[in-house]
Amino acid sequence: MIEIKNLNKKFNNNSVLKNLNINIEKGESAVVIGQSGTGKSVMLKCLLGLIKPDSGMIKINNVSILDKNLSYSNKNRIKIGMLFQGGALFDSLPVWKNISFISLQGKVSEKECKINALMTLEKVGLKSNISDLYPSELSGGMQKRVALARAIFSEPDIILFDEPTTGLDPITADVINNLILEKVKDLGATALTITHDMASARTIASKVYMLHDGAIIWGDDVSELEKTDNKFILQFTRGESNGPISHRSN
Amino acid sequence: MKVLVNTGSSILGFIQEVGRLFLFILKTFKAATSRWYLKNFFLQIISIGYLSLPVVALTSFFTGGALAIQIYYGGNQFNSEVIVSSIVALGITRELGPVLGGIVVAGRVSAAIAAELGTMKVTEQIDALRTLSTDPYEYLVFPRVLAAVISLPILVGFADIIGIMGGWLVGVQSLGFNGTVYLQNTEAFLESGDIISGLIKASVFGFIISIMGSYHGFNSKGGAQGVGRSTMNAVVSSSILILASNYIMTNLLFSS
Repeated sequence: MIEIKNLNKKFNNNSVLKNLNINIEKGESAVVIGQSGTGKSVMLKCLLGLIKPDSGMIKINNVSILDKNLSYSNKNRIKIGMLFQGGALFDSLPVWKNISFISLQGKVSEKECKINALMTLEKVGLKSNISDLYPSELSGGMQKRVALARAIFSEPDIILFDEPTTGLDPITADVINNLILEKVKDLGATALTITHDMASARTIASKVYMLHDGAIIWGDDVSELEKTDNKFILQFTRGESNGPISHRSN
Repeated sequence: MKVLVNTGSSILGFIQEVGRLFLFILKTFKAATSRWYLKNFFLQIISIGYLSLPVVALTSFFTGGALAIQIYYGGNQFNSEVIVSSIVALGITRELGPVLGGIVVAGRVSAAIAAELGTMKVTEQIDALRTLSTDPYEYLVFPRVLAAVISLPILVGFADIIGIMGGWLVGVQSLGFNGTVYLQNTEAFLESGDIISGLIKASVFGFIISIMGSYHGFNSKGGAQGVGRSTMNAVVSSSILILASNYIMTNLLFSS
């Protein structure tokens, strides 16, 4: 379960998050949609402890992950997996070491790590013969799959996806969407995805939220996406330039 | 009025930058008290130390040779066998070995560190490390700093020997000195303090090179252009700091 309450974040004088509130139930797959620059990535980075919010509260499984000074404090060691937009695979390490990176830093033997990495590789539909290749030797779709394998390797309670289908062709994007859906269900994890890709949102989401100007302005079941008369949702899903959402030059 | 505003904001910007650098150094020292990634450290020893040896050796060899010629033709040629050998030995061990070695390594290593870490920053690999419960200061920065602090004195030790041999070769082959007498004079004039002072300087230069490379890499913004700017800043700032700290250390080590 993810609970974000009254989250605020400013960069210089620019308020990016303005009293952001969102509740994602355990096992739910939530998708946050919204225009570029509305604060989606900042919200995700606050969840990961990569950005310190100015005020507010973040709870995961009913435990606050921010201490009194709003610094990240994951004392309960809640496992969070993250799929970055560009994959963020370590280019100095082969595929299997990327996947099992977290175990390699522990006391698990390299042999065992490799076996586990190969098993995870299989779960995302890749063959073991690519395990010794480096990320630069893989296609974009394969890199995304390896990144997904790394995100689910430690069987996390929470999985975050940042624009999982960006830069992929529609067929590969659909494969990734279905893989995400399948793996989130298999693990019983709570998932939070941010995306612009409505096809992706419709496939992955059980609930959809719209972030506009630093706050959630709409949230409902994915089926309501087609029924709602919310002008922001209508403009965004139809991809129209005219409407309440003004075009941003950034 | 505009001049005052611009000057004020430049000064404030500089103070902020110094503050950020100071915090970065503190975090690196803190990383030293946590987990040590020995494999990364040994890889960096090879990358920073071993692979820099050819370029440092060549620099030192030609510098030693050029120094011998300059002293011979520029100074009094009377008793030149004693003067050339002693000044080459002192010049190389006290100043030219560590400073030129440091600047050459700054160009090679500081740039490489800034480019590598800068690329990791802009492609979110450093963020990915954090999400995988790994402190990037422990995993990336500290192994590089430790490797540079240890490697540089060893490199300069080699540079000292090769530089002196460069001077000897030129002295014997071009200037007509007796090789044995040249080496005896070198040995007679050179004291352990001369060599040790150069090695201390080299260690400090190693710290400067690795910290500036890591700091600028960690603060890379944007894409390829941002990484390029960080790389340039790393080389320029580490070269200037090497020369400035060399002056301070020379004052401290030799003024007494």
